[in-house]
Amino acid sequence: MNIAFFYALTGIGLFTLGLYALIKHKHLLRKILAINVMGSGVLLVLVALAARTQNTPDPVPHAMVITGIVVAISATALALALMLRLCETSGRAELPDEPME
Amino acid sequence: MSLTDILTILLLSAGALFFFAGTVGLLRFPDVYTRLHALTKADNLGLGLLLAGLALQAESWTVVARLLLIWLLMLLASSSVAHLVVRTAHRRGIKLWKR
Amino acid sequence: MEALTLLSWGFDVTLGGTLMWLAWRTLASEDLFKGIVLFIAFGLLMALAWVRLDAPDIALAEAAIGAGLTGALLLAALAKLESGSKESQPLQESTITKAMVNKSDKQILFRLLLVILLSVFVAGLVYVVLSLPLQTIGLSETVAENLDASGVSNPVTAVLLNFRAYDTLLELAVLLLALLGIWSLRSPSERNESASGKVLDMLTRLLVPLLILVSGYLLWVGGHAPGGAFQAGSVLAAAGVLLLLTGWRPGVRFAGLALRFALVMGLAVFVIVAVVMVLLGGRLLEFPLSFAGNFILLIEAAATLSIGITLAALFFGTRPKPAQSSASREESGAQER
Repeated sequence: MNIAFFYALTGIGLFTLGLYALIKHKHLLRKILAINVMGSGVLLVLVALAARTQNTPDPVPHAMVITGIVVAISATALALALMLRLCETSGRAELPDEPME
Repeated sequence: MSLTDILTILLLSAGALFFFAGTVGLLRFPDVYTRLHALTKADNLGLGLLLAGLALQAESWTVVARLLLIWLLMLLASSSVAHLVVRTAHRRGIKLWKR
Repeated sequence: MEALTLLSWGFDVTLGGTLMWLAWRTLASEDLFKGIVLFIAFGLLMALAWVRLDAPDIALAEAAIGAGLTGALLLAALAKLESGSKESQPLQESTITKAMVNKSDKQILFRLLLVILLSVFVAGLVYVVLSLPLQTIGLSETVAENLDASGVSNPVTAVLLNFRAYDTLLELAVLLLALLGIWSLRSPSERNESASGKVLDMLTRLLVPLLILVSGYLLWVGGHAPGGAFQAGSVLAAAGVLLLLTGWRPGVRFAGLALRFALVMGLAVFVIVAVVMVLLGGRLLEFPLSFAGNFILLIEAAATLSIGITLAALFFGTRPKPAQSSASREESGAQER
């Protein structure tokens, strides 16, 4: 296992941490943080697997990851605006149908 | 291992030591004000030493000029941000630590 | 060389471990403010990981967008959340952030089931990733062969702006759509901000011209070294965020049609170039060989401006207030209703 695979495993770990936090937490801002961590994990796996080439790393996943970072911030901004709107109308920053107490 | 390499290693180690000292101060000092004091002082000098070590390894003078610019920007940013943090802490009523 | 590889392995293992630890502390911290600050630190360490993986373009983009701008967005949202909830229901806030003391058995079972499922999931992912070949060709050689025909010499820029230019076009559209969504959700309202002190003003005065210069440099250098439109746009957005934090608002002349024009310009130039290429007989976004570099620079310049203003507008969060003439005051009154 070379260093690229180690980073890929770290990416998988980040994704799983984020997924667990996304399911467990009720507060929407924590869910948004969790989604961002999941996104970082996925991008890390992509770039780590692209670093397996001989001399220069594969530039196509690099371009996709840059696109991914920009799309992630767009989604985060929209999600934050939705959360703030929900908080304005309902008073709490949680989804109204959270099952368990 | 030429002289510049040895000097670089010494400067980088000294810079790392300052960063370490600043981080210990961040963790161990009792309130916001003393922590900021330790952090900014140590990290400014630490970064300066690091960049000096890197400048010895630079290929051309433009790289050295960029490293100098990085250090000046970092000084500006860290001092301004430290001032802003202290101002906000003072407004929120965080008291100075008295022994 | 043994010691050097051991050291670099040690560094990488430490970096990976710190990333995981920071992610755990971010997601599990009691205080949301602490969590967001840790998230910014996490983003900066990710930039370091990108450098270790030979991806300096991504490192620039992550440090500026992923750590800096996302952190600013999250902090601004947290501030609005806390000021909003203070008015409505302070009791809810404490129950949200307080840890639950008495867990029912059902909840423990649910949590255990989740951990088991996630462990199976992780095991599957690890197996899939580790079964991939150690070395691969990928597309780096294909890109290197066609690099001369692309008009730039940085392979990532060539892929972004030439070989996969359609993805970048759609990405600019996604940015614009996010801004449209935010503008339709949040109505312009009065915000109470504390007056910015002299230090912030002076910092902004010094930094904003420098940031604009650095942005132009990153745009230009993206053709042959790590850089490009997104990195340059994000530095411009940082300048915009600094300006907005000092209380500056774009003048009334610029906040209407001119602002919208600047926001759309990147996508518009891209689409116009694409359509012109089709009309001239080629395929969509197929640049002619001799002018490819110039077209890429043109598209990148327009995109930088648009990305910068869009990201700063995403931070600001609401539509700019309409001009205060009597006609538009009636109009804004009708809109609020």
